[in-house]
Amino acid sequence: MTAMKEIAVVAFSQSDCLARAGAANEVELIMPQLRAVFGQVGLNNAQDVDFVCSGSCDYLQGAAFAFVAGVDALGAVPPIKESHVEMDAAWALYESILKIRMDQAESALIYGFAKASAGELPTVLSQQLDPYYLAPLWVDSVSLAAMQARLLIEKGLATEQAMAGVVARARKHAMVNPHAQVSGEVSIETLLAADTVVSPLRESDCAPVADGAAAMIICTVDKAREWGVPYAVISGIDHRIETHNLGMRDLTDSPSTRQAAAGAGVGRGAVEVAELCAPFSHQEIILTRALGLGDDTVINPSGGVMAGNLMMASGLARIGEVFRRIVSGDISRGVAHATSGPCLQHNLVAVLESA
Amino acid sequence: MSEDTEAVTRIETPVYLQYNFTAGRAPARFLERIRQGVLTGQRCPRCANVYIPPRGSCPACGVPTEEEVVLPDKATVQSFTVVAIPIPNNPIKPPFVIANLVLDGANISFIHLMSECENSEVHIGQRVQAVWKPEAEWTYAMDNIRYFKPIDEPDVPVDRIGRLPIGGWEDEQ
Amino acid sequence: MAQPDVLSQAFELGFTYTRSTGPVVGRFLTGLRDRRIFGIRASDGRVIVPPMEYDPATAEALDEFVEVGQQGEIVSWCWVKQPRASHPMDTAFAWAMIRLDGADVPMIHCVTAAAEEDLATGARVQVVWAAETRGYITDIRCFELIGE
Ligand SMILES: [Zn+2]
Repeated sequence: MTAMKEIAVVAFSQSDCLARAGAANEVELIMPQLRAVFGQVGLNNAQDVDFVCSGSCDYLQGAAFAFVAGVDALGAVPPIKESHVEMDAAWALYESILKIRMDQAESALIYGFAKASAGELPTVLSQQLDPYYLAPLWVDSVSLAAMQARLLIEKGLATEQAMAGVVARARKHAMVNPHAQVSGEVSIETLLAADTVVSPLRESDCAPVADGAAAMIICTVDKAREWGVPYAVISGIDHRIETHNLGMRDLTDSPSTRQAAAGAGVGRGAVEVAELCAPFSHQEIILTRALGLGDDTVINPSGGVMAGNLMMASGLARIGEVFRRIVSGDISRGVAHATSGPCLQHNLVAVLESA
Repeated sequence: MSEDTEAVTRIETPVYLQYNFTAGRAPARFLERIRQGVLTGQRCPRCANVYIPPRGSCPACGVPTEEEVVLPDKATVQSFTVVAIPIPNNPIKPPFVIANLVLDGANISFIHLMSECENSEVHIGQRVQAVWKPEAEWTYAMDNIRYFKPIDEPDVPVDRIGRLPIGGWEDEQ
Repeated sequence: MAQPDVLSQAFELGFTYTRSTGPVVGRFLTGLRDRRIFGIRASDGRVIVPPMEYDPATAEALDEFVEVGQQGEIVSWCWVKQPRASHPMDTAFAWAMIRLDGADVPMIHCVTAAAEEDLATGARVQVVWAAETRGYITDIRCFELIGE
């Protein structure tokens, strides 16, 4: 038996996080990111990679099979090997890694996109819940997160102060992120002075929803050397899901993140940077604990999704942020996290290391 | 309380969601021009195919399309079907013909209605031309063209459909 | 090429689904129609309301129904100041995780209250039934606080 093939990330690009992409359609959102990643490696189009996988959710823009339109951005003549997940593109990355490890491909293009501004996102997301017990009540995603936050606060595992601290730090970090939607210096006191919208959450505790796209190219390490481009190695990746029954989960913890982190080998070395997909401030506190991160880890140096939450691409963008920092030589090892479902139901953890 | 005594086995769970659809840059440009009665496609910088309505990319090459091409309103039937069932909420009465039509100078078809024709005589390669609504009714919509009707031009052979110059079939001959 | 206006069109997308309930969900909804609430016992002995078909820990099919109370305790909650159009209430209300008497696992539903200050974790609530019960989760119109 041969050892598992090492996977290299060789290119990443993301769009600005825009509250409304307005004029652009899906293809027009995706195309600049594909052009950018092809440019980073010196490729023409999707004909030059062995596999393509995308992540998006048709419900967000209310257009059935909207993801098929994305294929118009690829150059799919002659036909290409293509797949899609109705999830964040981080899971499209996972599928692509499997494809490479099964010897079905040596390289893959991954992209995620959404135009969530077309609908009312928290309401749309209510329809991903249990169709008998919850969807008919239209319980929205912000309200579910708010109940999770209260459990955390009342158990003494977080404070509104600490949550505001997460927001303030994210916005400060985002000042150097050219794609950020929200950034700037803001004090914890200023944040706490605002009223709650769905108590105990304030508007600032909820990531701003963004339209946009992100793209990545991965390949075998051999292929990366052949292409002669800088790369980071994905030394581990795993994802775990918890029961859909929110009442049966310990919402103050994230056992699925902890398990995925163990599977991905997070503990096998120092974590210099962690990019976490926490769409609500208190969820960053849960994740930091579940991942066992300490003071020596810089959390969300990009500002994370608090700086702009590219729906269906934020998880992939977290991995891209760690990749960028490794190839630029800033760090040699980092962790990226993606999430899906209500209250951190489903979590993916990846470890990236310098070559 | 309901008088029902049967166990519940089915429930109705309708989902209605509100959206605001935005057309996209290339489609918006197309719609803006069709409001003025002009059919505008886009040409691929790499393979030179012309797409109408344009989406902003060449799906074959995967590159953005920007060059605009004004096309005539004459087209060729690439395929068609005679529809015997009504379209919900649409005044058009069956049987009617919907066809894949390729405009002269374009390389991809779109779907539109055909009328002023014998349904049984519609055929692939047939030449047609747009019948427009009165100018006062033009809006940002493809149905500024009411339908396409046959014109007196020789049929286009199958292997030339979607490959005619902007000048049309007579130019080609 | 001139930049076109942003052309947009509001629309409503409708999915008119009818769902088969299966025996477990069907039993629960039939109970609601009769203004009774049933849970199901999991392999670890916990009573789950609303009932699940399979044990989340062992994946074993579950079939031991247990009737639970129509009063319970708030486990967590949030206060919705401005209800969304889709929400079941049109004035400020709470979503809550409610552990019914006799149940071990909280369920999610809405709670009416005059003000946010009236709510608290641990507060006791009771079911308010819809005027007409038809076998839907919305047969429980909401929960209300039990007065002192
Ligand atoms: Zn082309």
